[in-house]
Amino acid sequence: MAEFLINTVGLPDWLAWTVTAMVAAALILNVIAGGALVFIWAERKIAGRIQDRLGPTRTGGKFGWLQSLADGIKLLAKEDLMPDGADGMLFRLAPYVSFCASFCAFIALPFAFDFVGQRMNVGVFFVIAVLGLEVFGVILAGYASASKWSLFGAMREAAQVVSYEVPLGMCVVVPVMLAGSMDLVTIAEKQAGWLTNWYLFHDPFTFVIFWVYVTCAVASVNRAPFDLAEAESELVAGFHTEYSGLRWSYFFMAEYGSMFLVSALAALLFLGGWNGPVPVASLLGLSEGTGDTAGYFVRLLGMANLLGKATLGVLIMMWIRWTLPRLRIDQVMMTCLKYCTPIAAAMFLGAMLWQVALPGGLVPALRRPAGEIREGWLPGPGGAFALPSADAGKVAKVNP
Amino acid sequence: MISALSMIAGISTAAPLPVAAINWHSVFFLLFAAIACGFAVAVVAAENVVRMAFYLVLSLGATAGLFFLAGAEFVGAMQLMIYVGGTLVLLVFGVMLTAQAPLVAIKGSGRDRVLAGFVGVALLAVLLQSAFSVKPWRAAAAGMVAEPAATPIGMSLVGVRVDDPAGGAPATNKRPGYMLPFEIVSIHLLVVLVGAAYLARAKRRKTPRAIEVAASVEPPASVAEHASIGRERQRSGSVLAGGRS
Repeated sequence: MAEFLINTVGLPDWLAWTVTAMVAAALILNVIAGGALVFIWAERKIAGRIQDRLGPTRTGGKFGWLQSLADGIKLLAKEDLMPDGADGMLFRLAPYVSFCASFCAFIALPFAFDFVGQRMNVGVFFVIAVLGLEVFGVILAGYASASKWSLFGAMREAAQVVSYEVPLGMCVVVPVMLAGSMDLVTIAEKQAGWLTNWYLFHDPFTFVIFWVYVTCAVASVNRAPFDLAEAESELVAGFHTEYSGLRWSYFFMAEYGSMFLVSALAALLFLGGWNGPVPVASLLGLSEGTGDTAGYFVRLLGMANLLGKATLGVLIMMWIRWTLPRLRIDQVMMTCLKYCTPIAAAMFLGAMLWQVALPGGLVPALRRPAGEIREGWLPGPGGAFALPSADAGKVAKVNP
Repeated sequence: MISALSMIAGISTAAPLPVAAINWHSVFFLLFAAIACGFAVAVVAAENVVRMAFYLVLSLGATAGLFFLAGAEFVGAMQLMIYVGGTLVLLVFGVMLTAQAPLVAIKGSGRDRVLAGFVGVALLAVLLQSAFSVKPWRAAAAGMVAEPAATPIGMSLVGVRVDDPAGGAPATNKRPGYMLPFEIVSIHLLVVLVGAAYLARAKRRKTPRAIEVAASVEPPASVAEHASIGRERQRSGSVLAGGRS
């Protein structure tokens, strides 16, 4: 895009790069904010249906689809309160810390073959590392509120997140091992083709470890039945007891952003990424790598695929939330240390042995030959976010 | 978006730039460096432990940004995972300690501040001198840093430079690598650790603790005997046997 702006529109170098960065940032921001708007409405509807009621029905017409917007206006108009004993600076900053962590992880998340803010060769690792930082906002909020409820919630969250990072990391290692790369684009690319190429169906061990991943992901984004940090039946509202108005809503945007993120990560690692269950595009003879209009539409299709899978993941999380009762803190810890971690470790070993014993899979004919797998970027100006060419806008400190 | 260049190597494969072009790499380098240094000073200046930990997170995060800028993405992600994530635990301890009123603010006396300032400035002077006495970088041969990785950074620490694989030129008496500043920082860290252990050492207690009572008991002759003693204690409900069984 930057090359397009420089060469075709004729913008100066620095402006073109700034505009490119701004567009990418705005797109990611809108995925989070727009997603939260839809998901909050969906959560209300799903909660209603599961509890045998209708949920919002009136705001905005037939299905109450303007409910989130009405909520937003209400939150904007609310008074911004801060307790007397609070640590003012940290209290004000905490929601932004949470939100920034969630936002940063989206930078390395590919939405389709070429649609990624910044492709990294350690994408998975980066996303997991940044996702773990979201808890900072929660702890700061809990501490700065000068309230016992908040502090309890924050400490629970800290204990939970630190514990669940261990099995989560182990689950993520398995697809990384199978793909031989930490690059999210490469991992998804290797699952191209029919449904059977997804790592979920690679072998029985990956199938099991996917469910361990789901458990850990729900716990690491602090959703019910693992939402000990805000257990409203014991801690009023946990870490955000003292928050109101827009600051409070930032925590929720961060939460929905993270839910979407871990779902998208699950889709990329286990469910084929942007490759649908049926390779429609390649059956039609189209390829996303060609860089022309057809390739662009294939990539758009891939993006719809990934967004659909991630949305499905979020909806399943909602379903779980309104179905299962909240665990006690000791049960949360037991789930992590006694079940998730050993199962993940055993499955990791199993997947490794499977790979050694049956490198071609049970039915080798179903697998895509390795030579066909395409890696790397489009060489030309095809991609919207293609890497800059060697000489454009690339500068360095030069010591003669 | 600047990916293929190693900042620390300071090498440009680009054609000579127009004068008006902004050197984005330098801009971002200065930005991240300013954030890192500014918040590092803020850590020292702050009085509240939790705020200190928060500033430390920002400082370490900016350092991770510097690594990403250098194209060493793995090191950057590691920095985020280990250092920033590790500060999380520090933060938790800070919260636990300062939940009580007397420890909320940590304030040194004026004399301490002067002394600390003197030592700090002296150390900084030594570090700056040793860092700037390193041989300047020059453009590497083409293809030298085609694969941006952590290796050039690590190798330059011990004196093997990507821009000069043959080793240091004997004509200049400048050092080839960053070994000396690296070692100074390491020793400094060791001193800090020893000091922290000294400050946090357990004060002598008037009453012996349970573990000391147990240690003063005649040691068992064998493991089996030890186990039987353990079972006996368990039955008699000793402190050592643990409450749950």
